Amino acid sequence: MGVANTAEASLQEVINWARKNSVWPVTFGLACCALEMMVASSATYDIARFGAEVFRPSPRQADLMIVAGTVTKKMAPMLKRIYEQMPEPKWVIAYGSCASSGGIFQTYGVVQGVDQIIPVDVYVPGCPPRPEGLLKGLISLQEKIAREPSGMRKIVSLPWRSNG
Amino acid sequence: MVRCMACDLLKEKFPEAVRGVEEFRGETTVTVDKGQLRAVLKFLKESETLLYDLLVDVAGVDSGSGSPRFKVVYLLHSMKFNHRLRIATGVAEDAELDTVSDIWKAADWLEREVYDMFGIRFSDHPDLRRILLTDDFVGYPLRKDFPLKGVDFDKPFPVCLEEEKGNQVDA
Repeated sequence: MGVANTAEASLQEVINWARKNSVWPVTFGLACCALEMMVASSATYDIARFGAEVFRPSPRQADLMIVAGTVTKKMAPMLKRIYEQMPEPKWVIAYGSCASSGGIFQTYGVVQGVDQIIPVDVYVPGCPPRPEGLLKGLISLQEKIAREPSGMRKIVSLPWRSNG
Repeated sequence: MVRCMACDLLKEKFPEAVRGVEEFRGETTVTVDKGQLRAVLKFLKESETLLYDLLVDVAGVDSGSGSPRFKVVYLLHSMKFNHRLRIATGVAEDAELDTVSDIWKAADWLEREVYDMFGIRFSDHPDLRRILLTDDFVGYPLRKDFPLKGVDFDKPFPVCLEEEKGNQVDA
């Protein structure tokens, strides 16, 4: 039993290592923060160094949603639909103060934080945050992924576990 | 003072509709009667000598008090002569305004925006519903009596997608 547990833990470590180094974001920008996100994939900041340069045009092929910008109440259903269309495992970065808390827009048209709609893994403060902010957020997310225990995710887990 | 050919023509053709002509820094504003607004705008667009073929914007103004309470302002531009003209008309709180969306296609969404923000209704509009805000929004945010931040803006905002509704378990 001990041996099996150790083997499983090791395998989970390998899976986490693979996942954290190929986090593919979905191409999704809502406001000015999206420009900083684009700059993060430029040669100067080069998000490819962390394996996250493959911005997918379809949520079906993406692991990470970077909510970059103001989430209006009109946009909220579309945002949630894109999130639901992403396959597990999936993560969310709330990029900038608007996505984190509504930011300066304390008003009737803006969702006061995207965490009211979808679960958020990492919050990046700033208005807008610099591209380094996104890289730091991504590194934090990678550290979080590396700590994921075996069997935490119901849909994708090791084949011999019964919860799959 | 710049001579305004459109003003002269309007005064000549619609003497009882033109309520006033204002000139400020080369910009001309003609206030017209609400009932004749459609005819005036149609004339401005179709007249060969004026040809205001581009509707740049339709804006609403809420004066708070005063009578009539609202103003609707049409910004016109003639592509051929490069002339600009502002047409304003007063609207009472419960009154309707004739649509011009069949004269300029652009007016369709612009009038929807005015309706969305001020609650001014346009009669015979093909599809008069909210355009910027959610369909279930209550109130008209650019009215003077609407609170600046809105009501309960910071309350949780749950989103239930159409396709999720069947999956919900009744509590």
